[in-house]
Parts: sequence; structure tokens; C-alpha cells
Amino acid sequence: MSDDLINIKVNQKEIKVDKNLTVMQACEIAGEEIPRFCYHDKLSIAGNCRMCLVEIEKAPKLVSSCTMPLMEGMSIITNSERVNAGRKGVMEFLLINHPLDCPICDQGGECDLQDQAMYYGFDKSRYKENKRAVDNKNMGPLVNTIMTRCIHCTRCVRFATEVAGVPELGMLGRGENAEITTYLEQSITSELSGNVIDLCPVGALTSKPYQFKARPWELKRTDSIDIFDSVGSNIRVDSRAEEILRVTPRTNEYINEEWISDKVRFNYDGYYQQRIDTPYIKENQKLSISNWEESLKVLKDKLKTLKPLALIGEHVDLETGYAIKKFMSNYGKDNVECRTDNHAILESLDSYRFNTPLNDIENSDLIILVGTNPKIETPIINHKIFKAYNNDAKVFNIGENISLNYKTEYLGESLSYLNNENLIKALKKSTNPLIIIGSAFLNKIKNNKTLKSIFSYADKYKVITKEKNNLNFLNPYASRVGQLIIGNTTSNLCEPFSNLKKDNFELVLSFGSEYISNEQFNNCFKVYFGHHGDDGAMGSDIVLPTPLYTEKNGTFVNIEGRPQEAKKCHNPIGSAKEEWSILKKLSDELSFDFIPNTFDQLRSELFDKHPILSDYHEIIAVENPTSITPDIEFEDCKAEYPVSNFYMSDVISKNSVTMAKCVEEIISTPSLLEKSA
Amino acid sequence: MSSNHPGLSNNFSRSGEKFSWSKDNLRSIKNIISKYPKGREQSAVMPLLYLAQEQNNNWISIECIETIAETLNMPKIRVTEVASFYSMYNTRPVGENLVQICRTSPCWLRGSNKITKTICKETKCEINDTSDDNKFTVVEVECLGACSNGPMIQINNDFFEDLDEESTKKIIDNIKEGKPNVIGSQKGRRSSENA
Repeated sequence: MSDDLINIKVNQKEIKVDKNLTVMQACEIAGEEIPRFCYHDKLSIAGNCRMCLVEIEKAPKLVSSCTMPLMEGMSIITNSERVNAGRKGVMEFLLINHPLDCPICDQGGECDLQDQAMYYGFDKSRYKENKRAVDNKNMGPLVNTIMTRCIHCTRCVRFATEVAGVPELGMLGRGENAEITTYLEQSITSELSGNVIDLCPVGALTSKPYQFKARPWELKRTDSIDIFDSVGSNIRVDSRAEEILRVTPRTNEYINEEWISDKVRFNYDGYYQQRIDTPYIKENQKLSISNWEESLKVLKDKLKTLKPLALIGEHVDLETGYAIKKFMSNYGKDNVECRTDNHAILESLDSYRFNTPLNDIENSDLIILVGTNPKIETPIINHKIFKAYNNDAKVFNIGENISLNYKTEYLGESLSYLNNENLIKALKKSTNPLIIIGSAFLNKIKNNKTLKSIFSYADKYKVITKEKNNLNFLNPYASRVGQLIIGNTTSNLCEPFSNLKKDNFELVLSFGSEYISNEQFNNCFKVYFGHHGDDGAMGSDIVLPTPLYTEKNGTFVNIEGRPQEAKKCHNPIGSAKEEWSILKKLSDELSFDFIPNTFDQLRSELFDKHPILSDYHEIIAVENPTSITPDIEFEDCKAEYPVSNFYMSDVISKNSVTMAKCVEEIISTPSLLEKSA
Repeated sequence: MSSNHPGLSNNFSRSGEKFSWSKDNLRSIKNIISKYPKGREQSAVMPLLYLAQEQNNNWISIECIETIAETLNMPKIRVTEVASFYSMYNTRPVGENLVQICRTSPCWLRGSNKITKTICKETKCEINDTSDDNKFTVVEVECLGACSNGPMIQINNDFFEDLDEESTKKIIDNIKEGKPNVIGSQKGRRSSENA
């Protein structure tokens, strides 16, 4: 591809670069760092901060490098006295109206303006006039605004429009009167709104819950995984002592790019609310405080006589799942279940995961949403669909007529609308069609034939070809794909879980699964292993405290089949013990075969059994793809969406005060528009 | 210019009344939009803001913004951005006659300060204020492009040029009494011919 390469010089160093790059990108390739505020590689180019000035030979004036396309033979100078003077001038103008409140600013210590002022700022101001002051704006319960600090880079405006897909932010006025605001100061309604905090190069937009909590240099960083949806966004958990103070994204171009959802970013206050910190035993219909010795003794006696069933919740990591499976194998087969929502699957991995790599969604030209609301189930996937939509992809929707932040063509409410005439026409024209089957239908399908028909349908319309498989199954739970891979499910795959004969089991062990409170277990002895007291714990006979995902190491497989590790951030709250160690103790006393003595042994045993899981960050290959049968026949079922409220979808976010505020101010409060009407 | 200027404030308010296009305006809108390429209809936001201001007693209310956003199928904040950027879109109600006094150098050299004083005295209102009878709103503006005929003012859509204190007073008096005014030069000059 020598056609696309051109020769340029950066500070007299000759390099060959792609001709479609900008001067700034070329300088970065050459190893020169260019200061910038408004430029961001995930957003469109604005060129309004003027900080990235460079000198280009033969150009009469300094040039903003982020907006300048490359030309053959261009000679760029980034370190001359002239460039330095130019940048210093820009910095002086930026600082004219920027307050000197770094000591009380939350951005202090990780502020782009602060850092770059170290290189290009003056120690004194030559500005004698009054500084301007700007009223703070309401942007909702998550984003705190101190607008006097704003330098008008418009990253937040571009993010809201281009990434979040909610054009609600804008810059009003001009010159000295320019102000960033939301329309009529309403709350931002995006599920990704917290990302504007990371984007803001100064302290104008900061986190409301984190306000005045800590300085960046006091925090301990732990790499972890978002377990509040199935995307497996990479996060960084910042803690001080035994408390998590904030959650921010880690860049992973394959999964979440640089974004995370507001739920994982802000629900950490829920980690410490309503925690189960000690074992409880039910006496006289009331849970009373117990201790490990007593509760495990009762449980052991029950385990000797009663036939157990284990339920696996949405936040259970692979190692725990493996320990549970191993423990339960002492009682025979088919007694562990993670599909408590009746999620229908077939044998093979490709029938329950997102088969298209997530960063490939944007290349599709036709997307069919079948019983899924990606906006509230998996906001990151919704962003990828929005990207495809912006690349002129057409989006169809089957199920309920949900409102998304892009236009969809609504077909109808049942699976049979897959045979809609318009849709078939579009499918035949499309070069890269993609289908997403969501839990709203998957949990309702009662017949293997329907699932197989979906595969045949996908095959017929070239959604599945030899090279790629764009038939995707989407569920919102972080644990699901991993638990299914290690086989934590009963063998009758399409049989609805609620059909299990209730008298088959006498003892239910729930690992964070709220399904234990279902009436079908009313006559069973119930044991709840979990971290938050909710319906599941309330109705149980024994409650045992276990650590949260940030309090232990664990592996999670994301929706596309990518194993990733969430690391321990601090010690468990109260006397919580990891599930595997509880099971280990029980099996020792029951003389079961349960070898691992340490977590590392457990993990290596898991990887020995399932070597595909040990390759972190790589997508697992499908060994036996689902075979294609010729007939296409869809059963009639009504869509029922698994998540109805983005901010409160699990026990942790239900206990978060921040999430409660979001529900109140973003969902429940009708907008100013409706109020006045 | 202070941000109290009705065209330079970023705070919009509601009129409390529904705003819907008049029949004439609907026809003009169709014509205006047809001038832009397909898919670029949003470019018509400025002429539509002008029409809305004309129809809505010379100011842009939140209702106007919402109607325009709906007409052009664009986000409301984008319309707000444009309306707040340009000083000739008024963001709050103004009097029946919006008196814009040019204060840029050529007019100022020819005595625009005196004109300003006269107008404030005659209309009984300060700069950026509306008179009690809601007849006048007086604002100072930068160059209106009639430099050779300065000092000059603009009242609603009409230019009044070659002013002095006396002719200014007469113009205001005529408006108060509902009498017609001579538009353009008050010295009888044609266009900007040599004086």
C-alpha cells in the first residue's frame, strides 16, 4: 500500500505515514507529544482550543495540528521557540478566565490544564480586568458542574451528540458569554453520561458522588471488570483503605473503548449498604444473628439428609461456579442451575453468546433487534449499534416498540415478524446483516425447534456464513456465559426452569440468586450465600455472608466469550468468607472429594478442566457450531424484557443512593417540557 | 455590550402560549427549505428563526425554539445554540419598536452619543430597557453598515440616517403619535450620495 504512505519530516526526522492522518497523529507516530484540550481521538475534530499549534515549513503562521491534513514532503517542527511562544500565548488566554481554585478542585492532580500549565503557563497574570464568572448548570444527579472553570473545548457536547447519541448538551452564546449547558438545564438522559467527567480536561464537569472525597494520589488502583451487565467493560476501581471511592474506565478497544455505563461508575455506594456481614439463622420466622460455626453445623446436618439444588446468581465468578459444580457433583447430576430466568439455549457456545466481536458491530449495515433493549440492558453495545446506525445501517426492532436513541423500524411483537416482507427485502440487499436475539424472547422460548429455526433463518439470509457468525444472543448478566461454558445448567436445555418438579429438591442453595424467593421453593430449606440483604436473603433459613466482586479475585466471561479477571480491591466486609472456602469446609466435614486448598489451586484446576478459559482477553473459539436444520418455524411468544429500570437492575444498584437519585431525577421526574404542558 | 442586551442573553423563557406557524409562514418555510440540498434541511434554521421572531412579536420564546426544532427535525439544543449566538434574535420580549442605536466608530465620531441620550430621554427608558408603555426597547449595537450616513439608528426593520438631536426627537414623537416617518436619510439625501 505504498500509495497511501507519504514522506514527511517531524523535527527533521524523516518518517513514512498514512496520508489520511492529521499532522497531530503523524507527530505522535514520530514520538512527539502535542499538548491539546479539545482534540480527542474518539470524537470529531473541533480545533477550537488552539493548544496544539505547530510550525510547518513554508506556512506563514503557526498551524493547529489536530485539524491539518498531511501533505507529501511536509516538514513539521514541534519544538521551536516560535511554537513554544505560540502555545504560551494560547495558554495565557485560556488562563485569563480560569479560576485559580486548583486547591479545592476535584480535578486537581489529574487535570490536563494543570499539567500543561506547568510547561506553557506563566507564573504571573498580566490580566488586570475582572475575570468572568459563569452560573453552574444542572446536569443531573451524576455530573457536578463548576462552569467558571470551563475552557469551552466542547468535548462534552461532541460526546453527547456523537457517542451517547443524546444531543442535549450545547454551547450557548459566544465570546465571553459562551456557556456549556444542557437544554433548559435538564438532566442528561444518557446511560453513558458519566463519561463526560473523564473527557473534561479541566474541573468543570466532575463526579457528584465523588465530590471532595479524595485526591488522585491517595487512591489505590485495582483493575477489575464491570459485572453489572454482560459486556464486561474494563474498569479501574480506586480505593482508599477499605473503601471504594470511585470507578473509572480502563481503555479496551475490543470491548468498551474508553466508556463505561453510569451504573458501574456510580453505584459503588451501594456496595456498602444493606450488607450481610455475619451469618444469620431463621428462628421463629425471624432471621437472627448467628456465627459461622453454628450456621455451618446446621447446614451440614441438612446437607446430610436433604437433596440439594444450587442456584447461581448474576454476579457469580467462574471459580466460584466451578467450586459449586464440583461440590454438587457429590449429589448427582442436574442440580446446578444458572438459567433461573428460563433462558433457552442449545448445546453449543454459539447459541448463548454474542458471536460478533463487539468492535465489529459498527461494520454491519443491517441490525435486527429481537426482544432486546440494548439501551438499558447493555449501554456499551447500544453505543456500538449507534455507531453502525451513524454509518447508515438500518435498524429493525421486534418485540415491544421501545424507544432508543436512534431510529428503528418497528415490525411487530412476536418472533414470526422475522418473516416480515420489508425485513426480508432488506436482508437480501444487505452485505453484512446482524441479528441480536435478546432475553425478552430467549426466556420465553419453550421449544428447541424455535431456537434451531433461528439458526436456519440466519443461515438462509447469510447472517451466518463460513467466515462469520452474526447471529447473536444477548443476556444482561455478567455470570451467564461463563457459567454455561463450565456447564452449570440442567441438561434439558429448553425446558423452562420453573417446570422443575418442586418435590425433587428439599434444600436450595442460592449463590446470590434472588430466584430463591420464588414460591416453588416454599417447602424447601433455603440457604442464601450473598452480600446484600434483599428478598432472597429475607426469605431464607440460613444466610451466609460472601464477598462482593471487589473483595475477591475472580474470572468473568463476557457476552462475546472473552474471559477477563476482576481483581481483589480490599478485604471482605464483616466476617464474609469466599464461597469456595465455605464449600471446602463443608465437604471436608462431609468427607466429599473437594481438593483445592487455596484459591490459586482452584483456579488452576478450573483451567486444567477448561483450558479455553485460561486465555484471558481472547475470544473463545466455538468447537462444535450448532448444526443447521432446514425448517423454519417460530413459536408464538410474548416478549418480556429482563431489565426495566437501568439504574436499579440488581441487588447492589437497588441499594445505591446515587442510583435512587437517578431514578428520581432522570426517570420519574417528567422533563420541564411535559411539566409545562 | 452587556449581557442584558435582549439579543445576547443565554436565558430563554416561555411565553406561555402555544406557538404554531401562521399559514403564510408555512408557505415561506416550504420555499426556504427547498433552497437547501436534501438531507441538509437543518441549514434553514436561521431564516426560520427570523420568521418565528417576526410572528412572535419580535422575540424568540422556548415555544418558538421547540416548534422550529420540530419543523426541521433537529435537536432543540442546536436551535438554542444558533438563537443565542446571534444578537439579532431576541431572547426576551421587547417593546413594539426595537430601537437599535449604532455606536461603532464612524457613527460615534458623528455624534451617536447625543442620539443615544435623546432617545433615552424621549422614550423614558435606559439602554437595554423597555419603556413602561411597552412602546420602545432601546439597545446599543455595533455597526449596521450605513457608515457614510452616520449617525444612524434602526427601528424594527427601518433605517433612519443622518440624524441629529432634533430629527431623532421627531422620529420618536411621530411613532408615539402613530404618524408615519420618512425612512432613510433625514437630510433628504438619496442613498449615500455626496452631501
